[in-house]
Amino acid sequence: MLKIEKVSKTYTAGGRTLTVLDNISFQVGESETVSIVGPSGSGKTTLLGLSAGLDRSSTGTIELNGVSLGALDEDERAVLRNQYVGFIFQNFQLLPTLTALENVMVPLELRGEKHVRARARELLEQVGLGDRLHHYPAQLSGGEQQRVSLARAFANRPRILFADEPTGNLDTETSELVAGMIFDLNRQAGTTLVLVTHNLDLAASTGRIIKLGKGHIVSDETSLREVPSDKKKTL
Amino acid sequence: MKKISWYFLMAWRDSRRDQSRLLLFIAAIVLGIAALVSTLSFGRNLREDIDDQAKELLGADMVIYSNRPLSKADEMLLDSLPNRHSEECSFASMVYFVRNGQSRLVQVRAIEGDYPYYGELETTPAAADTDFREKQEALVDKTLLLQYGAKPGDSVRIGELSFAIAGSLDKAPGRNEISMTVAPPVYIPLRYMEPAGLLKKGSRVNYQYYYQYLQGDPEQFAQQIAPRLEAVGLHYETIAMRKNRMTNAFQHLTEFMTLISFIALLLGAVGVASSVNIYIREKVSDIAILRCLGLKARQAFLVYLVQVLVVGVLGSVLGAGLGLVLQQLLPGVFKDILPLETRFRVVWPAFFEGIAVGVIVSLLFALLPLLSVRKISPLLTLRVSLEPVRGRDPLRWLVYIVILGFIAFFSYLRMENGRKALVFTVSLLGAFLVLTGIARLFLFLIRRAFPERWPYLWRQGFANLFRPNNQTVILIVTIGLGTTFIGTLFFVQQFLIDQVTTSARGGEGNMVLFDIQPDQVKGIEGLAGQYHLPVKQEIPIVTMRIVEVRGQRGDSVLGQVANGGSHRRGQGFGERMDSNAVGRWVFEQELRVTYRDSLTGSEKLVAGQLGAPVSGPNDPISISLAEDFAKRWNIRVGDPVVFDVQGVRIATVVGSLRKVQWQRLELSFFVVFPRGVLERAPQFDVMITRVNTPEESARFQRAIVEKFPNVSVIDLQLVLSVLDEVLGKIGDVIRFMAGFCILTGLIVLITSVLISKYQRIRESVLLRTLGATRRQVRIILLLEYFFLGTLAAATGILLSLVFAEALARWSFEAPLMIHWVAVAEIFVAIMGLTMLIGLYNSRGVLNRPPLEVLRRED
Ligand SMILES: Nc1ncnc2c1ncn2[C@@H]1O[C@H](COP(=O)(O)OP(=O)(O)OP(=O)(O)O)[C@@H](O)[C@H]1O
Ligand SMILES: [Mg+2]
Repeated sequence: MLKIEKVSKTYTAGGRTLTVLDNISFQVGESETVSIVGPSGSGKTTLLGLSAGLDRSSTGTIELNGVSLGALDEDERAVLRNQYVGFIFQNFQLLPTLTALENVMVPLELRGEKHVRARARELLEQVGLGDRLHHYPAQLSGGEQQRVSLARAFANRPRILFADEPTGNLDTETSELVAGMIFDLNRQAGTTLVLVTHNLDLAASTGRIIKLGKGHIVSDETSLREVPSDKKKTL
Repeated sequence: MKKISWYFLMAWRDSRRDQSRLLLFIAAIVLGIAALVSTLSFGRNLREDIDDQAKELLGADMVIYSNRPLSKADEMLLDSLPNRHSEECSFASMVYFVRNGQSRLVQVRAIEGDYPYYGELETTPAAADTDFREKQEALVDKTLLLQYGAKPGDSVRIGELSFAIAGSLDKAPGRNEISMTVAPPVYIPLRYMEPAGLLKKGSRVNYQYYYQYLQGDPEQFAQQIAPRLEAVGLHYETIAMRKNRMTNAFQHLTEFMTLISFIALLLGAVGVASSVNIYIREKVSDIAILRCLGLKARQAFLVYLVQVLVVGVLGSVLGAGLGLVLQQLLPGVFKDILPLETRFRVVWPAFFEGIAVGVIVSLLFALLPLLSVRKISPLLTLRVSLEPVRGRDPLRWLVYIVILGFIAFFSYLRMENGRKALVFTVSLLGAFLVLTGIARLFLFLIRRAFPERWPYLWRQGFANLFRPNNQTVILIVTIGLGTTFIGTLFFVQQFLIDQVTTSARGGEGNMVLFDIQPDQVKGIEGLAGQYHLPVKQEIPIVTMRIVEVRGQRGDSVLGQVANGGSHRRGQGFGERMDSNAVGRWVFEQELRVTYRDSLTGSEKLVAGQLGAPVSGPNDPISISLAEDFAKRWNIRVGDPVVFDVQGVRIATVVGSLRKVQWQRLELSFFVVFPRGVLERAPQFDVMITRVNTPEESARFQRAIVEKFPNVSVIDLQLVLSVLDEVLGKIGDVIRFMAGFCILTGLIVLITSVLISKYQRIRESVLLRTLGATRRQVRIILLLEYFFLGTLAAATGILLSLVFAEALARWSFEAPLMIHWVAVAEIFVAIMGLTMLIGLYNSRGVLNRPPLEVLRRED
């Protein structure tokens, strides 16, 4: 599903070059769930951005769903994202001028789908916001906003979902609720999940953990147990 | 490909919370469009009004202009179709108001017959127009009556006769307020010219013959007889010609106004561009999210283009509507210049042209910031710190070129002249670059020179000009440009008045007596002596025509042109000449010539030698020409020139050229003869003297009018007051148009204050949280607008001084005197206005409770 090969990313700032990712390779298979962990500044977000085609790597190749991103221009990557990729962000990134419902509708509208409204409503009901359809993000709590963004992420039935610290801005309880929903929806749709997090509990819920350090992969191992998140509390 | 409706839907959603702000952005172009629509419509109305009223403007089917009475042959020619006609002699003369003993130079129009045949002389009482023709009565200009406290029934003396005032003349065909101010008319019946002793007039008498043809086509007839009229040096004008002349004249005026409106619109558009830029910057994160969700660059661009398009259309429609209101004001602004009634009619093509231009201009300018939407990276969703827009965009250059192209295209549409349009576009670009350059330079210098040790409040107020997303430069440019217009107008006006005033300072003459018969010279000198007035200059004047230059004969030159058939009155100036041809104008004009053997203070010899006095009939007569005159009409030193001095031919040679400063209140002459030639020719004298007080002037004038009724007197006071009035009337128009630019600047100021309001509130709350009092915060704001106003006013005044100085040097060849008080007044006015508007619009900033602001943060 995702194939990263000898990818490096360097930035030049103030005349100095900074290698943020150094010759990284790994693959993620269909329906696999992977978390990327590591200390702050180790390059997690950078890696995620590259994988999702939001940025270009300095060297190496990235293949998403069998398509090499390097060969695509910005617009072609946008289409690719719209068709195969879902996003969840630490700070939700809802469009402030759109209602919850409209936020979920946008990716569907972009694909030119029909019955957009019904599908969006269904998704919002699934995340428990059936009664908040017409609220604006500013009228929702952080947790509710993140649930809207979850509904939006799954709206276009993505093949792969990227999440950067999806619970970073939430309290523990809400985090667990949201995380639970991510895994639920993920399982239902058979989506591949790439998750960046500092939360080791959350990381442990994925099937595989890649540990980054200073731009290198420090370790890449299968999680001891894959625990369904809804039962995590009882552990 | 998305359905177009989706972009509208998305644009609607995206702008949901900002629609009132978007409308505010567009407010900057509303005035420009309003001005454009109103001037375009007014121009069109005016053209139609001229077409409708051309008959009334001329008052007859054909008018013959001449500086001598018609000959029998001419009359027979003109009478070859059945007609009615009127005759009018007009000349400058003194009128003496018997009731209060005051006198003034006026334009006497001695008339016979029923002119005007179309339209009427509007008088109070209405019957006065017919009454005065029957009796020994006069029609007097209404302002004159007011000024001299005279009323119908009083007497005025003109020449040696008294006339009862039949009524006041309120309006005459084809005359505007300005011409009435310069030469206030007094109508008398023609038959009294002789008994009043006015036939002895030395100065120019103009003859006008008004024909109304009762059968046949006057235009066709005019064409037929044109060659004959031309050949004898008569000018004529028909209704069609008058229509053309007026249309052309006012075309230029409305063209000028339209272009100024267009400039106001462009200024507004620059404001729009800068507002949209701020808007887009605030939308960067939203755009990044949309890009993340799969929106293509072009699609994101379209979502915002639609928003600008919609408000652009709304603003333009609003502006066009406002234009209709404004259009109703224009006749009032122009009433002193227009010789006719204008009626208000909606001109739909102008209305829609305004909307179209408004939409195109706002879109084009908004494109500049909008293009950057395409460059906003989806990566911004992950990293807020990133520079939102990367790299240079070659498309921007394309937009710049398209904008310039559109400006050139629009000005070409208006002026229908490619070269002019190009000059307009290039100068506009230049002016804009210079203004921005000056604005930036000022900011840079002040920033450099700003004393570190200034009190904190001052430094903070000044630093506010540089807050992120500031619109300081554009504000300086818009307000500055408006100031430039008004300042230039004001300084040039002041300059002209100064010229007249100073020309009579330091004991130089300030009163001119003319039309003095040679036998009156002694008497007037005596009278001046009685009143202890010095005779500064005494100048003899002989009228003559040029009949031959360098072997080219006047009658054949005039005949040729006439046969060409296309000759129109007043066309001579623009004509192309072959390199050897002498300008036709030379032969048409009656010249006033003096003789002397020295130069005056305002002359300088630039070629040859001044002619020696002529003592014998075989001596060569060496004349001296004014340099501009010689150059313009292609006459050179050494050329033989033959004059016709009232029937006598005199052969001369051009011996020298003089450079003449025309603006001095001195009599200047195109042609100066040596002594010993013209002493015996029929002539009249001009005398220049100096009076010290208005009372002295009035007493002396009364004495002159009583003893020498044919002599005319003009004093500096009169010239000044007329000049002042005329400049004031013309100035109204320019001030009105410049007002648009200033207002547009102020609207941009209002929008920019409102756009940055939230930012300002946060700053203010932060300052107050840190312990600043509301008073201190207010002072900081006040200082910010103080700096802004100062910079804008200084930029504008600086530029207007440069323009005024350039005009003074090049057109008038005299240095500009700067009136610092006036400069200070303009400065304070503009700065005060800026501070007032800035403060008024930020009044909400101080009243917000800090907590409310902090809560809105997310
Ligand atoms: N545009 C840029 N220019 C220069 N350096 C950058 C740029 N973007 C990121 N970096 C650097 O790259 C490194 C990795 O950043 P990245 O955001 O990927 O870390 P991270 O692992 O996500 O950290 P965190 O856990 O704190 O989010 C950091 O040291 C950062 O300073
Ligand atoms: Mg990160």
